[in-house]
Amino acid sequence: MPEITRDEVAHLADLARIDLDDAELDHLAPQLNVILDSVASIQGVAGDDVIPTSHPLPLTNVFRDDVVRPCLTPEQALSGAPAVEEQRFSVPRILGDEQ
Amino acid sequence: MSWIEKTAAELADALAAGETTSVELTQAHLDRIGAVDGDVHAFLHVDTEGALAQAQASDERRTAGAAKHALDGVPIAVKDVLTTTGLPTTCGSKILEGWIPPYDATVVARLKAAGLPILGKTNMDEFAMGSSTEHSAYGPTRNPWDLDRIPGGSGGGSAAAVAAFEAPLALGTDTGGSIRQPGAVTGTVGVKPTYGSVSRYGLVALANSLDQVGPVTRTVLDSALLHELIGGHDPLDSTSTTTPVTGLVEAARQGATGDLSGLKVGVIKELAGDGWQAGVMQRFQESVDLLTKLGADVVEVSAPNFVHAMAAYYLILPAEASSNLAKFDAMRYGLRVTPDGDPSAEDVMKATRDAGFGDEVKRRIILGTYALSSGYYDAYYGQAQKIRTLIIEDFNRAYADVDVLVSPTAPTTAFKLGEKLDDPIAMYLNDLATIPANLAGVPGISVPAGLAPEDGLPVGFQILAPILEDARVYRVGAALESALVQQWGGPLVAPEVRK
Repeated sequence: MPEITRDEVAHLADLARIDLDDAELDHLAPQLNVILDSVASIQGVAGDDVIPTSHPLPLTNVFRDDVVRPCLTPEQALSGAPAVEEQRFSVPRILGDEQ
Repeated sequence: MSWIEKTAAELADALAAGETTSVELTQAHLDRIGAVDGDVHAFLHVDTEGALAQAQASDERRTAGAAKHALDGVPIAVKDVLTTTGLPTTCGSKILEGWIPPYDATVVARLKAAGLPILGKTNMDEFAMGSSTEHSAYGPTRNPWDLDRIPGGSGGGSAAAVAAFEAPLALGTDTGGSIRQPGAVTGTVGVKPTYGSVSRYGLVALANSLDQVGPVTRTVLDSALLHELIGGHDPLDSTSTTTPVTGLVEAARQGATGDLSGLKVGVIKELAGDGWQAGVMQRFQESVDLLTKLGADVVEVSAPNFVHAMAAYYLILPAEASSNLAKFDAMRYGLRVTPDGDPSAEDVMKATRDAGFGDEVKRRIILGTYALSSGYYDAYYGQAQKIRTLIIEDFNRAYADVDVLVSPTAPTTAFKLGEKLDDPIAMYLNDLATIPANLAGVPGISVPAGLAPEDGLPVGFQILAPILEDARVYRVGAALESALVQQWGGPLVAPEVRK
């Protein structure tokens, strides 16, 4: 498998919304390569005929009756929020200047 | 013998006989925590006031003849990955520092409904990622057998609390061995129930297709008592099985009589060899011989795909974890770090997740993001899911011939703090023997098998059974425990905390 580069790690960190600093990128890229090397052994072990397993139980959709049941109050739901305004989660701006 | 040295079953009997009160027992454990937890650091949060209030209420119920459960009044510790109203739930992470959940996990609600006072929340590797509890953002837990060594992980706090007599019972969670491996290295008992048989509502998910809540105790019977209390269908968990898992306490009591005639035991050939500590293998073999003496028919079985289990696991777990941990976005709860200037929500998210997550969590999120990214999905995640099928087939083939499978729980005894901290692969290898059960969803137990001759540290014996056959691990575990304790002249006791 191809080596995972420092730039790729930076891209992945961006996708995962983690602002890694230079030292972290320097450290992480080689470590990820060691890990990927060690898991690369699974390539080619299972043939095309093997059905993938996502979950150990044969469960499909699980439904419940459509009835009202108790749930959190707005105060409870907001109790851990970093910022609250008018009984809502208050968040930083979500659009850029040009948007 | 003081109250803290008694098993949960003995404490339940003493409460029923009126020989003690829940307040006395709870206070005894709180005193013990006060005396030793500065060294052990099993707890992230101790709820002295809450535990004593629950104990008081339990005593009033018992006086009125209205005890709710055999364990009503027996105190317990809870891993900090399970939500608790009124008590912090941090998952060992800075990103959840100070968070107090607005709801109880179902298993916690069941403890409360049965009247067990909750002593506090136990330390763990951050978001349950690790095998040593060194990845906790709040500092490591130390092994009561040797304070310079790790207590296993991720549930090192729960295992150490029980080993150090700070709690008679604890809850843990097991995604790749996080109950069983700490049990092995601290000389305690830990059980991973059948996947889906204990509710995960209120468990902060690491990897949904692998996670399972289970008991952490000093005896097999105590695990069975706790397991029966927390198990059973929960409509709030859509992966909860409707088939009940029953007869666990009965199986443990029957096993303790020491008769295993008619039982077929398979020793897993692949879980031995290079990298397995000699003393671990020696104690394991002695326990296998003991099972034969108790009447079991022991054969060697091969599970050829187990050699790929670790690689499959370290793709599936990061993939699921990277998706699960996306919810820590600094918007609704937990830490929010706001960079200078006029940051967007995305800038805040990135800064918060960099500041709030530790190294191992970042490592696994990036790895999972990679394994799921287009172009690599089939080669990594897709392949890992196929290996999972092959491992399930290995189990099914083996269980066609034997009733239970056995192996050492971990390849080595407890290693020194710091020894493997910056070597992820060396750390991951600790879970070699425990991971296959999570991939297949089967139940497993780790029971103390003695001390390795070369270092005097505990060795764990793992017993695995087919899905929903949890009773078998209790029967065999109790039989082995009873024979070994008889041989040793008493249970194993961690020396560092005996003083």
